[in-house]
Amino acid sequence: MSETTVTPPTSPQRAAPSRPGPVRRARRPREFTNFDVVVLVGSLISALCFNWLIFYRLTAGASLFGFLLCSYLSFLALFAVVTADRLGRLVATDRVMTVVVVSAAAIVFVPLVLLIGYILVQGLKALRPNFFVNDQQGITPVLPSTAGGASHAIVGSIEQVGLALLWSLPLALAAAVFLNESRSKWRRPVRIFVDAMSGLPSIVAGLFIFATLILPFAKSGNPLFGYNGFMASLALAITMLPTITRTVDVVLRLVPDGLREASLALGASRARTVFSVVFPTARTGMTTAVVLGIARAVGETAPLLFTAFGYDLMNANPFSGSQESLPLFVYRNIRKPDISAIERGFAGALVLLLLVVALFALARFIGRDRSKRRGAPKGGGAAVQTNPDDPFNSPTSDALAPAGALAMNPHIQEPMTP
Amino acid sequence: MSETAVDDAPAPIPASPKVGPTPRIVTEVPSAVDRRFNAVTMGAGISVLVLLLLVGGFLLIQSSDAISQTGILRFLTRTEWRTDVQPPAIGVFGLLTGTVLVALVAVFFAVPLSVFCALAITEYSTARRRKWLIGVVDLLAAVPSLLFGLWGFLFLSDKMVPISRWLSDNLGFIPFFHTEQNASLTGSIFIAGVVVALMVLPIITSVTREVFSQTPAGEKEAALALGGTRWGMIRAVVLPYGRGGIIGGSMLGLGRALGETIAVALLLPQVPQRIGDSIHILQNGGATVSGFIANRAGADSFTVSGLMAAGLVLFIITLATNMVASVVVSKSRSGAGVDL
Repeated sequence: MSETTVTPPTSPQRAAPSRPGPVRRARRPREFTNFDVVVLVGSLISALCFNWLIFYRLTAGASLFGFLLCSYLSFLALFAVVTADRLGRLVATDRVMTVVVVSAAAIVFVPLVLLIGYILVQGLKALRPNFFVNDQQGITPVLPSTAGGASHAIVGSIEQVGLALLWSLPLALAAAVFLNESRSKWRRPVRIFVDAMSGLPSIVAGLFIFATLILPFAKSGNPLFGYNGFMASLALAITMLPTITRTVDVVLRLVPDGLREASLALGASRARTVFSVVFPTARTGMTTAVVLGIARAVGETAPLLFTAFGYDLMNANPFSGSQESLPLFVYRNIRKPDISAIERGFAGALVLLLLVVALFALARFIGRDRSKRRGAPKGGGAAVQTNPDDPFNSPTSDALAPAGALAMNPHIQEPMTP
Repeated sequence: MSETAVDDAPAPIPASPKVGPTPRIVTEVPSAVDRRFNAVTMGAGISVLVLLLLVGGFLLIQSSDAISQTGILRFLTRTEWRTDVQPPAIGVFGLLTGTVLVALVAVFFAVPLSVFCALAITEYSTARRRKWLIGVVDLLAAVPSLLFGLWGFLFLSDKMVPISRWLSDNLGFIPFFHTEQNASLTGSIFIAGVVVALMVLPIITSVTREVFSQTPAGEKEAALALGGTRWGMIRAVVLPYGRGGIIGGSMLGLGRALGETIAVALLLPQVPQRIGDSIHILQNGGATVSGFIANRAGADSFTVSGLMAAGLVLFIITLATNMVASVVVSKSRSGAGVDL
């Protein structure tokens, strides 16, 4: 003990600093200095210049896409070479992959912005207040696109989606409760089938309603079993059912078991526990799930082709006669040969887009993290107590929830990066 | 205390059998309300199951007319779809190849982008930026298929033509990229695949993101503590851990892409083509099952029966893909996620 404390002054390690040479300093792997920024920007600029020279000066010029792609690739190459020279191969790989990952995430913005921008620009050409008031009565191809409107389609959409919600919501809620609150051995097959059903092509749902309810009764002449809004609502209900079930399922799973146990321990029945403890706790998440289901159903076109069929005039009765809806209005108009019809279709597309984005924003608003404003230390609070030993409580099948559902849910805590 | 102790020592006790401590059987006797409640929820769960079986069953019944007239093998292997000749010659093969090609192109583009996007969300973002990214991906998922189709049909299609032209000019020697002379390059399987890629991107991203975010923090920290860079850590820990999720998510995306209807109905001419010596994914042409069905709404009863059969084939394929995907995802994580 005492010897070791004495020896250091004479040990070679301690003597090292006195030797001439560069001072070895500990380097942090993620250190990103000003010089690194210069290297990054410098590689980008030189890659752009190099490709501009090749594409637009030395050759006859190719497409913008080719220019951007080649610039990007040569930027990566330059950046890799310079970083490898300065800091070594390991750091260079890390930096280059960082650039690749970040740019991949940025690329996702591009189509979204282009799509929204394009529909906004095209749709505003024909969108006038009368679009919400008139139907297509008396519209001929020679009339301008601002004439007429889509009130019949809007009414149809509201009725069909409303009815679809009426059919699917109770069933979806009960199925989600079944998946979470019961201890039946049928839970697993039902869960698998719900998962499978959410991948069911929506056209097949329409085809199913057509095959079971419309086609066999075609000769009977009963308007209830013909093309109408009611049939469309049934087809939409089939497409909405798995979406809502799975999202509600995920939300219910996040209700802490302690709350359920407390309720049961106080002598409440399971039904009472679900209605008085589980549902109120998961209320915001469930509302979000429903709003998302509506947003999904509003934009569905395929199941309506065989059920609502489309109609140019107002038909407010969903139980008789073919009916228009907003997606059908868009689909039918943009396939017409005349420009004014296409522009009208774009106006409908804009209304549809705004509606979907509004529903999306509403879902986010409902599902926002309220605890933060009150200054509570934890996120939603519900995710904290999930029991890792319980297979139905672990977030295993969260991944299969419909895209958007999870992110909407404020109770799911995002893991922190180390 | 244990039951064996009671069993092993029967001799002294028999004098009065009621004295010994017998373990009380713990049961839950549900009340009348609960019984009804259980029955209702169970009924709902089972009815979802039954509904899916009904969908398959009715499609099978309704399609029997077309299948029995053409023969199941002929139906599956014939390319053309003609109801104007006698007997009608309909087959689903041309539609299936188109469907699979569109889905493969979509997955080819969507998977790398989604994996990088998921990595950006879980590993490379601050909390604030992560929220933004997730929002953008979710918004992409919320945009209806119809609007993607509209945008692809009237905007992207023209913008993609130079890319298709370049590919066919420079890589035309690969049979895949070959195009015929003076062929139109709009409305191709390639363009449809790119548009569908945008639609399946959110689903693949959300699955892979979930899997990546469940990587044990201890393993990640261990990799970093050993001096690994961030990418080194991702390659050594996150990607191997999430492999099952990536595969399952891609298959889930593939299932979505196979069933994609309206966008593809707008983008492709929907005429089943003979795919013989070479596959022309870059030039106008191609049909998919769902798009073909969508374009035939309101047809005569025999055609409808044929469409049902095509729908049934699509239904079975997507169902199988989705089932395999969910099994892969659930298997991969339950096996790997417990050791830390």
